Amino acid sequence: MKKSILIVLTLCLSHVGISQEYFPKNDGVKETNALYTAFTNATLFVSPTQKINNATLLIKEGKVVATGKNISIPSNTVLIDLDGKFIYPSFIDLYTNFGVKKPERASGGGRSPQYSASREGFYWNDHIMPEKDAIDHFNYDTKKAKAMRQEGFGVVNTHSMDGIARGTGVLVALNDQGNEAMRIIDDASSQHFSFSKSVTSRQSYPGSLMGAMALLRQVYQDADWYNKGNIATKDRSLEALLRNKNKVSFFEAGNKTNNLRADKIGDQFGINYLIVGGGDEYEMIQQTKASNARYIIPLNFPDAYDVSNPYMANYISLGDMRAWNQAPTNPKILQDNGVPFALTTFKSKKPKDFSKDLLVAIAYGLDKTKALEALTTQPASMLQISDKVGTLEKGKYANFLITSGALFEEETTLYENWVQGTRNVINTMDQIDIRGSYNLALAGKSYALEISGEPDKPNASVSLGEAQYSTKLTYKDNWITLSFTDKQTLEVYRTTAIIPKNSMSFSGKAVLPDGKQTSFNANRNMGVAKEVSQEGKDIKDIKPKELREIVPITYPNVGFGNLTQPQQETLLFKNATVWTGEADGILKQTDVLVKDGKITKIGQNLSFKGATTIDATGKHLTAGVIDEHSHIAALSINEGGQNSSAEVTIEDVVDPEDINIYRNLAGGVTSIQILHGSANPIGGRSAILKLKWGEDAEGLLYDNSPKFIKFALGENVKQSNWESYSRFPQTRMGVEQLYVNYFNRAKAYDAIKKSGKPFRKDDEMETLSEILNGERFISCHSYVQSEINMLMKVAEKFNFRINTFTHILEGYKVADKMVAHGVGASTFSDWWAYKYEVNDAIPYNAAIMASQGVTVAINSDDGEMSRRLNQEAAKTIKYGAMSEEEAWKTVTINPAKLLHIDHRVGSIKLGKDADLVLWSGHPMSVYTKAEKTLIEGRTYFDIAQDKKKRDAIKAERNVLMTMMLNEKESGGKTRPPVKKGNKNFHCDTQF
Amino acid sequence: MNTLRHLLIVLTAMIGFSVAAQQTPAPAQKGAITISGATAHIGNGNTIENATIVFENGIITAIGTSVITPKGTIINAAGKHLYPGFIAPAKSLGLIEVNAVRASNDQDEIGDMIPHIRSIIAYNAESKVVESMRPNGILIGQITPQGGTISGTSSIVQFDAWNWEDAAIKTDDGIHLHWPSTFRRGRWWAAEPRGYQPNKKYTEDVQQITSYLKESKAFGTGNEQPANESMKAMQGLFDGMKKLYLYADGEKEIIDAITLSMEAGIKEIVLIGGYQAYKIIPFLKQHNIPVLVQETHALPKSEDDDYDLAYKLPKLLVDGGLMVAIQNSSMSNFQTRNLPFYAGQLVGQGMDKEIALQLISGNTAKILGLDQYGTLETGKSATLFISEGDALDMMGNTLTRAFIDGRDISLQTHQTKLWKRYMDKYNQK
Repeated sequence: MKKSILIVLTLCLSHVGISQEYFPKNDGVKETNALYTAFTNATLFVSPTQKINNATLLIKEGKVVATGKNISIPSNTVLIDLDGKFIYPSFIDLYTNFGVKKPERASGGGRSPQYSASREGFYWNDHIMPEKDAIDHFNYDTKKAKAMRQEGFGVVNTHSMDGIARGTGVLVALNDQGNEAMRIIDDASSQHFSFSKSVTSRQSYPGSLMGAMALLRQVYQDADWYNKGNIATKDRSLEALLRNKNKVSFFEAGNKTNNLRADKIGDQFGINYLIVGGGDEYEMIQQTKASNARYIIPLNFPDAYDVSNPYMANYISLGDMRAWNQAPTNPKILQDNGVPFALTTFKSKKPKDFSKDLLVAIAYGLDKTKALEALTTQPASMLQISDKVGTLEKGKYANFLITSGALFEEETTLYENWVQGTRNVINTMDQIDIRGSYNLALAGKSYALEISGEPDKPNASVSLGEAQYSTKLTYKDNWITLSFTDKQTLEVYRTTAIIPKNSMSFSGKAVLPDGKQTSFNANRNMGVAKEVSQEGKDIKDIKPKELREIVPITYPNVGFGNLTQPQQETLLFKNATVWTGEADGILKQTDVLVKDGKITKIGQNLSFKGATTIDATGKHLTAGVIDEHSHIAALSINEGGQNSSAEVTIEDVVDPEDINIYRNLAGGVTSIQILHGSANPIGGRSAILKLKWGEDAEGLLYDNSPKFIKFALGENVKQSNWESYSRFPQTRMGVEQLYVNYFNRAKAYDAIKKSGKPFRKDDEMETLSEILNGERFISCHSYVQSEINMLMKVAEKFNFRINTFTHILEGYKVADKMVAHGVGASTFSDWWAYKYEVNDAIPYNAAIMASQGVTVAINSDDGEMSRRLNQEAAKTIKYGAMSEEEAWKTVTINPAKLLHIDHRVGSIKLGKDADLVLWSGHPMSVYTKAEKTLIEGRTYFDIAQDKKKRDAIKAERNVLMTMMLNEKESGGKTRPPVKKGNKNFHCDTQF
Repeated sequence: MNTLRHLLIVLTAMIGFSVAAQQTPAPAQKGAITISGATAHIGNGNTIENATIVFENGIITAIGTSVITPKGTIINAAGKHLYPGFIAPAKSLGLIEVNAVRASNDQDEIGDMIPHIRSIIAYNAESKVVESMRPNGILIGQITPQGGTISGTSSIVQFDAWNWEDAAIKTDDGIHLHWPSTFRRGRWWAAEPRGYQPNKKYTEDVQQITSYLKESKAFGTGNEQPANESMKAMQGLFDGMKKLYLYADGEKEIIDAITLSMEAGIKEIVLIGGYQAYKIIPFLKQHNIPVLVQETHALPKSEDDDYDLAYKLPKLLVDGGLMVAIQNSSMSNFQTRNLPFYAGQLVGQGMDKEIALQLISGNTAKILGLDQYGTLETGKSATLFISEGDALDMMGNTLTRAFIDGRDISLQTHQTKLWKRYMDKYNQK
């Protein structure tokens, strides 16, 4: 004990000596002392893969001097014998906010959102703060440092976890004894990014994930422009970004799909982000691997849900239950797929929880060497600090752990965690094993004392003949404190004693129930001692808790997901009533052959060798339904933080896990356009999808997708129906001028760009230029005739045409003008009365417009209605007496035309994609069901398969619930049930 | 379908009526009217092919096959379909006109337990949304205050009237109680997750309701009570004069709501919503609880639910032997005109068409306690309509005539007038 204190003091002195040799000293005399310390006879891991038995580690002045077997030890060396013990390099956590002041949430919030920045001299957006240096907000946190050291960490990288661009980080050693000069290894070690806004500002842009992505892209482009000297004013944010260009960039993405979003931005600007993931990478391991990025993975395995109340348990989704079941395999799956990763305590509630979860990860297949690498060499390499930390090679920091045995074993004790040569005792290394049987002589009686359990955490029991006493024992720093209580009389006896080093017995002071103090002796009974220690060992040998069975992953990994992706088939539909949607009209008793994903034959009495025949007698075959206006399958819909958001794209935020994709398929829908919302006059770019349930976001997007953008008019863009009074425009008059202004600017931008002169790349202007150049189409949310007319006039003024008016509820009033302009219409069948501007909305709208020659589609704007668009089309027959064939076109070929995908989909025609629906009856009857829905010859919905999926969900839910009940019964942690929110976006969904 | 013929019929039907700016309520039935030749869908599960129906003074005096002797004005409805007027329960029709316009909103009074708030006096008989119900066959509605726990007292009206007094069929028929939920949405602005989490206040909320019910009952048994309109309004629940409409969706909530309401001495209970009612059919059957189940055109509430759970939910309840009708729970009243198609959806799920029809006519009348409406039977009100085709299917629901209490009502609306106005505009060219 004394020795260790001495060492600490010695090392402290020596440190002060080296790091601050030019500092004056007035509180004593200035002397230097440079002793060596040698750790001998240890099992030494110089690195995770380099193990030396019976090795020596020699350190001096906080650094490693030598490692190996035959080290010559200088005479001025303090020797520490580690016979039977292990030495490992200590751990590194790259992703913390250790010691950095937590940013304060902006208060207030007035009558309207805040659209402008709060700062001057910086980037125009408050959430971009690359100039923020964590070191300016850093205060070494001894409490947190201790907690981290207890789990084996020696060095952490820290930063301010706030904002989209977050500034630089600090690399710090968890060395309490040193001072900032010593433990700050790098005061600007890294730079940090995320998709989350700063809490310190209420500036509303960006209000969505896609907005954050667009903003970040623009920041990089602006930095480039700034760097070339093209901006006359001072921008301290961009300057900082440029200054830190060569620092390692961290991106806190937080989940499997955001990981890929971050990676995509990185690819665009040539940045290899270190991506901070979410622990769910196993669900998209192929894509994660293909990103070729390096990951920092938090360990925070979810607790089981408390499913003991069956009513409440039913609310938990299968996907959420699976997350509990499968998450512990994440590190193993990353490892097996060769994805480079480091581990972080970032998401762990306490550092201790991290260590627990790490053992769980290992139990589920994470290799121990890989685990050690993920905590040492891997993070060191990622932050390019391998010359300083990560291994115990010569010249590196003396940051190491002394353990009782191999790391990551349940029974291994971490004794000491040395940081920069400073000793930190976690558990006393040379504590004597006191387990055994004793005769406890006290106040004239001889009690039997049994000590068993772990050597460093023993338990005791005291008895006197038949009488058992309830007993408490603590054993620390070789002092024992034992108290025992008579169960009948509740009399308490208290004893305390120091354990002598070389004796099998101990004696000390006792306090009797009456308060009198006396002494006691505990004499070890040699005969029984062995037996007891044997018993103790037996306890250790008990197998760890049985591993749970891991349920298979599906694509997507939620209920109704696919175990395997549907395969392209050669299919022959026999004897169907075929709604061609072409000049051929409706063909009775007709066969359709699907091969290689295309419609290859239409006719009667067809046969094809190898084709699977589907008897469609009495059934109807149509092209898949197309929804021109959908908001399903997206993580965000509106970027309303500015009056124009042409820079954002829904393609960035497609959500392939939305169950509404599957539900749409069950309603015969095969293609959708996810439109941006209507929060602003110039909205964001669209995503056009084929609903290939099970594919990832990229897989859902049309290849060579036509380019679209959402515009919006009327009450939503004027912000009439909620509290917002400061954003231009507030009237329809302003809406016109906003368009004129933006198109004037886009025209100027395009002219400079085309002239070949240097220009500041602006994603918003790029998009608007595409419109002017006829490369991007507008689908415009519209209600009243005045605004419809206005937008056509604005477009004509700038020599382009509006492609589609969506909603267009007063289109019937200006159908003639629409025909003249050449715009199509995509409308509701019968919606109205939900706001003032739909007062004159009538269900006859579609029929009237169609009668005047407008290409009319019926859309949904609603996750429920979209799956019944066949019925909505039927309403055009009821309201306005459209013919059945024309009515059917409003949800197939007409929206295909509006979306410029009619050469591929929308009708049953030779050579078109086999996106088909087999209906149980007349496709527009309310009595009809979709029985099969195909996309490119793959069956994505099949009513018989659906039944099987339902049964499978029930069975799997039951399996997982049983596992969770067992978890609870065996004392595992549980949490209350949760239910996923129903995500049903509309145009005016804010965020 | 012959489109031109169809169009002609509809346009002619429209032109035949008034061109005034507002639909004038039809005068009382004068002479007898006979409709003959149609397929009559009775609303009790039966049909009569080639039916003849006679009504006088607003009451059906005879219905049957051609053996019935026609009387008065004869309407030949050969090849057409005859239905009882559909009934929309628990809607705020006429209490709010345009959802986003606050000035037009009279559906939700402040206060949590306000049974004395009465819908009938705010009912706008001239609402354009109400008017738009009629061309789809919905002729009667239960006008219901919204929001809060006890939202207020509903009344039942017919949809062709000068004012609320004329409109009323059954005044103050029921009290509407929204049961608290065991789950609540995370308050994301308070840094809670966005999904749903257990409602820790559930027990407390339930206790508030049960004490309110107890206090109401105690109020009724005392003699010299001070005036208390809300407690007074509750009294009908204890003598069976008013029904309690309980809004609950979860299994536990339904069981709690019904058990505790019965224990409080409430006589007539109707469950509204009932998303998970199919899981506790024996319980509902045991207590004889009718269900006004949510509309079929709704998304499943949980990710793992069958995609068609809402489509088939009423069928599951009917198959279980419960008394069931369909209610539209959407915040948008205009959707109520799709009521016939909610019933039609069930046919695709395997339900007989005539049983599906009962869910918006005969059963609804029974559940609401409307003895005079809901079916085409002798002695009942002549509230009915003629449709070109199958009224439960979008393609067939085309009304040519409709009668409320024998009054020959207009099928024109603000919307049909705009249709005509703009077709005229284009036809002028």
